[in-house]
Amino acid sequence: MAKKMHIQMTVNGEAQEFLAEPRELLIHTLRERLNITGPHIGCETSHCGACTVTLNGKSVKSCTMFVAQANGAEVTTIEGLGSPDKLHVLQEAFKEHHGLQCGFCTPGMITRASKLLEEIPNPTEEEVRFGMAGNLCRCTGYQNIVKSILAAAAEMNAAKEAAE
Amino acid sequence: MIPAAFEYHRPTDMAGVLAVLAEHGDEARVLAGGHSLIPMMKLRMADVPHLIDLQDVDGLSGITVEGGRVRIGAMTTQSDIIGHAALAEAAPIMREASLQIADPQVRYMGTVGGNVANGDPGNDMPGLMQCLDATFLLVGPDGEREVQARGFYEAAYMTDRADDEVLVAVAFDAPSGGYAYEKQKRKIGDYATAAAAVLLGKDGDTCTSASIAMTNLSDTPVWSEAAGAALVGTSVDAAAVDAAVAAMLGDIDPTQDNRGPIEFKRHAAAVILRRAIARAWDRA
Ligand SMILES: Cc1cc2nc3c(=O)[nH]c(=O)nc-3n(C[C@H](O)[C@H](O)[C@H](O)COP(=O)(O)OP(=O)(O)OC[C@H]3O[C@@H](n4cnc5c(N)ncnc54)[C@H](O)[C@@H]3O)c2cc1C
Ligand code: FES
Ligand code: FES
Repeated sequence: MAKKMHIQMTVNGEAQEFLAEPRELLIHTLRERLNITGPHIGCETSHCGACTVTLNGKSVKSCTMFVAQANGAEVTTIEGLGSPDKLHVLQEAFKEHHGLQCGFCTPGMITRASKLLEEIPNPTEEEVRFGMAGNLCRCTGYQNIVKSILAAAAEMNAAKEAAE
Repeated sequence: MIPAAFEYHRPTDMAGVLAVLAEHGDEARVLAGGHSLIPMMKLRMADVPHLIDLQDVDGLSGITVEGGRVRIGAMTTQSDIIGHAALAEAAPIMREASLQIADPQVRYMGTVGGNVANGDPGNDMPGLMQCLDATFLLVGPDGEREVQARGFYEAAYMTDRADDEVLVAVAFDAPSGGYAYEKQKRKIGDYATAAAAVLLGKDGDTCTSASIAMTNLSDTPVWSEAAGAALVGTSVDAAAVDAAVAAMLGDIDPTQDNRGPIEFKRHAAAVILRRAIARAWDRA
């Protein structure tokens, strides 16, 4: 048995502290230890993006990170973006524009998209496709995902303008 | 997909890294972005009893452009490269190539140091570094030394770096003239079926210098001196390009794998190099 490590991290604004083997993958920590099951395991081989979370401001595939690397980190998952009572603009947009079918890829899609819209608040369709290239969807054919993200961007920009 | 157990080290300076390497020898390995090493550990194709995370080591990341010399710290990510305005100005080929590596999530984690030290023939940076005639700065128990990128790669996963050495930075002169990084891949996020890095100097209608390197077409990157020589002194006309492509094809040695049979790879290499030369010449 390998030595366990003392780990501290902030997940969706909540401080977490536990002992874990350093080899534990962050996706397993989130899903099995912290019961945060929004991030999914699609491929477990760094290809599909279903496990995407935001870690210290970066979009990261949490199946390709050891919990030890995330010690001290700030993590946001889909659960930290919106709630059933108050959906995130992106969640609303995905719902409105049929950006999902089975929904398996959706938490990763939306988590990545939320970061993409920080990087590029007013993206072109091409920029959305390029910026979402790390997330695979087996259902929608991407058309409506792109549409949803563009609609959310427009909505967020309009809200920002109205606030100014 | 659970890797074998390991002991995790997260030193805050290079002395700490070197101390763990000295203590544990080839049982220890450094971890940069982890996007080559972790997949291998999960598949249990790599067993690393002592993993040394470089993320907290001081002074390993950052890009400087000074007096025409570019220096990129080993822990600088592909995403840092893409976002760096002075680098995009001094060596736009770095940005062009980085945008063709993997996908946004991987580029947030993947580092220059990991990409060049890994020794995987599929990595894009090694060929690019050879094209730029970069120098790698290594540090080990006996201090620092420099190695030319063109002499660094020995075979797949075999490089001139000793097990107890750490790559600190890459450095090269900011190139002038035209540039292009062209890559054929099966889908976004895939490694190259064939890729070409090309730098061309131009005076009037004449090509004054040419550097050409190919990726994933041998068990190491291939800097084809002969392909470059075929262009210098010409106006990069059809005959010169044919000669450069023929010279390149004489230097590569692709193998058959899930990206296709040898003949296909040679065909793709030729197409990609033609495109890269045309684009670099156009920009020169
Ligand atoms: C889905 C996917 C697609 C990808 N596509 C591409 C692609 O198209 N092109 C491409 O080039 N790469 C691709 N990669 C690889 C990615 O760019 C890697 O991140 C990169 O090759 C290695 O960088 P790293 O920082 O992740 O290194 P790590 O995985 O941490 O390390 C790789 C190796 O280098 C060693 N190492 C790391 N840093 C140092 C150092 N400073 N000194 C000495 N040794 C060191 C490690 O010990 C290890 O053996 C892809 C990866 C994934 C997961
Ligand atoms: S589960 Fe992590 S990328 Fe697919
Ligand atoms: S909605 Fe089914 S995988 Fe994307």
